Parts: sequence; structure tokens; C-alpha cells
Amino acid sequence: MTFGVVAFPGSNCDHDAYHATAKNLGASSQFIWHKESSLPDEIDCIILPGGFSYGDYLRCGAIARFSPVMKEVISFANKGGLVIGICNGFQILAEAELLPGTLQRNQNLNFICKDIFLKTLNNSLPFTSQLELGKVLRIPIAHGEGNYFADEDTLKRLEGENRIAFKYCDSSGNIIESANPNGSIFNIAGITNDKGNVLGMMPHPERYSDEILGCNDGLGIFKSIENFINKI
Amino acid sequence: MNLYQAKITITLRKGILDVQGKTVENALHSIEFPTIRNVRIGKHVELNIEAESKDKAFAMVEDACKKLIANPIIEDFVINIEEK
Repeated sequence: MTFGVVAFPGSNCDHDAYHATAKNLGASSQFIWHKESSLPDEIDCIILPGGFSYGDYLRCGAIARFSPVMKEVISFANKGGLVIGICNGFQILAEAELLPGTLQRNQNLNFICKDIFLKTLNNSLPFTSQLELGKVLRIPIAHGEGNYFADEDTLKRLEGENRIAFKYCDSSGNIIESANPNGSIFNIAGITNDKGNVLGMMPHPERYSDEILGCNDGLGIFKSIENFINKI
Repeated sequence: MNLYQAKITITLRKGILDVQGKTVENALHSIEFPTIRNVRIGKHVELNIEAESKDKAFAMVEDACKKLIANPIIEDFVINIEEK
């Protein structure tokens, strides 16, 4: 299978995403410049990486959402192609309305860069099929605007349709307020679209995919994607 | 075509916790302004636009606000438009 990592001006986790998919997972992976007006045919999964696209001007992801490649990413997603947005990538997916809700300023106004724990709430997704249900992952976050917000109807829909993939929890998997780093409503850390082929998450699985870093809990997400694609 | 200037005020929608506003409010309380309440912090955008009429200019700016300048999920915006 082949991953496509989109590079926007200001992306800074594109190389980490490439390393996680090409080196740690051992899949084929390639960069896609944001000015491209078509996607290579062989792409099975698009990664919108973390960073500060367009300097986070106006709102995080608001300008990158109109980069030429995004038209193709949206049509790829609408045809059922797998798209994962990590951190700034999640913000871009929310601005592009591929995912509902938005990411607000962290409740304590700080840019937070630390390891957090995530609970896997849905393991029937292409992104989580190789994780056990309830599995607690240790993954780093690094963001100033990761405070997920959506209106009540949207939240009901997300919960009812089992579209909340990950919630912030403590090391034992308890979903409690003190484990919520940024004020996200319901401790939400990652959600999918209604078809389950688009995932947005604030934590960075690509930063914890290499054993040499002392934790490779993030690799399970990329393994899940590979497994899903290879089964098709 | 006429030239207009739009001044756009963007604020967080009512009911959305404005953490920046709250922090500034707390800081104001800690100095000599204990009676200040409801601090809301927003954005101010100014732009020039060419259009056939003020109504058309307004409609275009409103569309631009919905599509890019504001985030309708959490933000309200008010547009003031004047001929230059």
C-alpha cells in the first residue's frame, strides 16, 4: 500500500509521518506538495500532517483548507479513500468540513507539549482495527488549539454513531477531567466522519512509532491502515 | 464599479467560553478594575472591495466571511460597509 503525506507551507510533522509509514511500518510512502492539482493513482491513504500551515494565520487550518490539493483530498475522501489528519491536519479537516466541529484555543491558553494517554473507543475503523477495544495508548500532543468543540446535536450524533475514536484518559484508561489536557468537550481526542474513512486526531501517533524513542504506541494506527488496505 | 471598504468584527458566539477574554477579565480584577465583566475578545478585519453596488459588496463580503474569514461554528461576525 502507499501513503501520501501532504506538505503545506508550515507543515513540520510531514517528515515524521513519512518516517513512521516508510521506515517504522515499512510501507511505501511519498510526499505530495500542496500545490498539486491531482493525486498520484497509487495513493491508498492520505496523511495531513501536523505543523503550522500558513503560520496558523486567521485560524489554524483555515487557509490550508483552500490549498489546490485539498480539492483532490476532499473528492478522494468522498469516494471512500482513507484520510487521516493529525493535529494541524485535524484542524484542516475540520475547516474543510470533512469532519464536524472545530478546534478552539486550549482552555488554559498554553501551548501544550507532553505525553498524554488515549483510550481507543472504536476498534472497528480502518485506523484502529489492529488495536484492542479500550486499549490505552501513550502518545504526545503538541498544540495550542486542540480544544475540540461541537454543538449538542453533533455530539449526540458522534456518540450515537460511535464516531469518537479516541478520548483523553489517565494511564489506567479512566476518562476523567484531570486527564483532559486542553478542555476538549467529553475529553474528545479523535473523531471520524460518518463513513469512518476520515479520521482527525490531535495527538501525534507518528511521533511515537519508532521503538528507539522509548514508545511506539502510535504505530498501531498505521498498522491498522495497512491491514485494512491489504485486505481490500 | 465602485470601491467600498468593509470593516468586519468577529466575536465568539454567545455561549462559547472565551478563555482569552476570561483570562483578561481575571487579570483586570486583580488590578484596579473589579467591576469589569463579560470581557470578550474578537478580531477586526478591514478590506477593500470593488463592486457594482453597496448591496453587492455586502453580499460578497458576507459570503467571504462564511467561507473563510469567520468560522460560523463558533464565531459571529458583523459587517460595516462604506463607499471609499
